[in-house]
Amino acid sequence: MTRESVAVPCRLQINGQDYSADLPPSVTLLDLLRERLDLTGTKKGCDHGQCGACTVLVDGKRVKSCLILAVSIPDSVVTTIEGIAQDGRLHPMQQAFIDADAFQCGYCTPGQIMSAIALLEEGHIHSRAEIREFMSGNLCRCGAYNGIINAIEQVVSRQHRNQAGEAA
Amino acid sequence: MRSFSYSRPTTFDEACRNAEHTRFLAGGTNLIDLMKSDVERPTHVIDIGSLPMRDIADRPDGGLRLGALVTNADTAAHPLVIDRYPLLASAILAGASPQIRNMATNGGNLNQRTRCHYFYDPAMACNKRSPDTGCAARGGRNRIMAVLGTSDACIATFPSDMCIALAALNATVNLHGPDGGRTVGVRDYHRLPGDMPWRDNILQPGEIVTSIDLPPAPFGPHHTYLKIRDRLSFAFAIVSVAVGLHMEDGRIACGSIALGGVGTKPWCVPEAEALLDGRPPSHSLFRDVAERLLHGAVADRDNAAKIRLAPRVIERALWQAAAGTPQSQTDKTIR
Ligand SMILES: Cc1cc2nc3c(=O)[nH]c(=O)nc-3n(C[C@H](O)[C@H](O)[C@H](O)COP(=O)(O)OP(=O)(O)OC[C@H]3O[C@@H](n4cnc5c(N)ncnc54)[C@H](O)[C@@H]3O)c2cc1C
Ligand code: SF4
Ligand code: FES
Ligand code: FES
Repeated sequence: MTRESVAVPCRLQINGQDYSADLPPSVTLLDLLRERLDLTGTKKGCDHGQCGACTVLVDGKRVKSCLILAVSIPDSVVTTIEGIAQDGRLHPMQQAFIDADAFQCGYCTPGQIMSAIALLEEGHIHSRAEIREFMSGNLCRCGAYNGIINAIEQVVSRQHRNQAGEAA
Repeated sequence: MRSFSYSRPTTFDEACRNAEHTRFLAGGTNLIDLMKSDVERPTHVIDIGSLPMRDIADRPDGGLRLGALVTNADTAAHPLVIDRYPLLASAILAGASPQIRNMATNGGNLNQRTRCHYFYDPAMACNKRSPDTGCAARGGRNRIMAVLGTSDACIATFPSDMCIALAALNATVNLHGPDGGRTVGVRDYHRLPGDMPWRDNILQPGEIVTSIDLPPAPFGPHHTYLKIRDRLSFAFAIVSVAVGLHMEDGRIACGSIALGGVGTKPWCVPEAEALLDGRPPSHSLFRDVAERLLHGAVADRDNAAKIRLAPRVIERALWQAAAGTPQSQTDKTIR
């Protein structure tokens, strides 16, 4: 039995821009981004919450966009990999991933970077073990894990240096 | 995913509708997953995200009330939870991944369904998914299945980590339904499969979990959540143990234990807990407790290892709790 579902209003702010439309309730946030808004930086890996390729920020928190109905987060602020560079300059985490050789095929990378940005915000960065544990929701089938942790540690230590500089 | 209609009510009266083929949506990490796999097929989804159940609040008895919509991540990071219920924070952090914990809610965690591979595959016989169709897991590839509380109809493990700590903490669950509210002990919330494995718990149609109450837990540092799994992170438990001990002058005044990964529901045996009363920690005592907890365990084709592994994990967890050196969920160090 196929049922025509009634479209439901969806209001979001995505990378600083207001978005509103009537959507079938079955549209996930991931499919909204990729299929309707051409924001294909966010990747679909497993589509079941297991790989982290679809990680975006909703109201500043990292989530898996494949398991969220777009209509179920009214008035939320969504940030994707396309929304983190500023004035044409890469986000420090993006730059660190390049500098630390933190990817091979790059498929997991947008999710890794969004997850890592949230990780710093959460403060789970006291040791390499803690970083590894709190990045466990992002799988990399190329096995670039050491580079990924190195990239995150680079950003963490640069932040510490900057803070020490400000304090001095 | 099949199409469905959707509503987002703002009052309990609107939400608590006893209608067929309807599901409540909270964080969606389990429901949307199962809808994509065509295991759950609701024709109407009631998004409960606008109901007022997002607080963590003190109780007059010194306990804590956890709103059903508070996320697992916010619960584990709440200062009062860290201070008074580190066992609960630890169990939450032992489960899933940071992104999933940011989405998953306390009410949803309680109501999550089994991870039985055959339950997830609509081509396989499964009594839990489709009543009275058989059980492909019996005699199948079943190393992750339960060894305690199983029935001829179903041997599926209840997969939650958080609920194992809730059982050890003797939490209670507050419900609101079409006929008003009621309160149920968390140890009585989940059902044994028996001959009706499609009913995971005592929730009635139209009923919503509104909050979970934690009674005061006088364990101090004497607790642990020890989780053994196939890899150190982001995997469901093969065996897990939540323990809280009330220590007095080197003796165990009383203790609380719940097992995960081995039972069809969070596994508690009051007679096993009673063995601890007034006794000092010892190898023979902990071995007796473990034996009593595993009493009646039955293996199927591939999961006999759980019956050998579980007593060792229980004993280790009891020693961790007695020493006041709980398992770290960050580097997994066993102290
Ligand atoms: C990849 C992955 C790995 C995971 N690993 C772990 C793990 O290691 N350990 C672990 O414990 N868990 C794990 N989980 C499971 C996760 O904890 C649950 O999916 C989550 O807790 C469910 O909460 P939710 O709010 O997302 O529920 P939803 O998906 O929204 O709902 C789940 C069910 O509960 C019902 N429900 C929700 N809220 C209420 C309420 N208030 N009242 C009545 N019914 C309600 C829904 O109708 C639905 O049937 C994992 C999940 C995924 C996807
Ligand atoms: S063990 Fe339970 S959930 Fe798994 S196939 Fe059998 S009936 Fe279904
Ligand atoms: S695509 Fe969402 S977690 Fe894999
Ligand atoms: S770089 Fe290829 S999956 Fe991570």
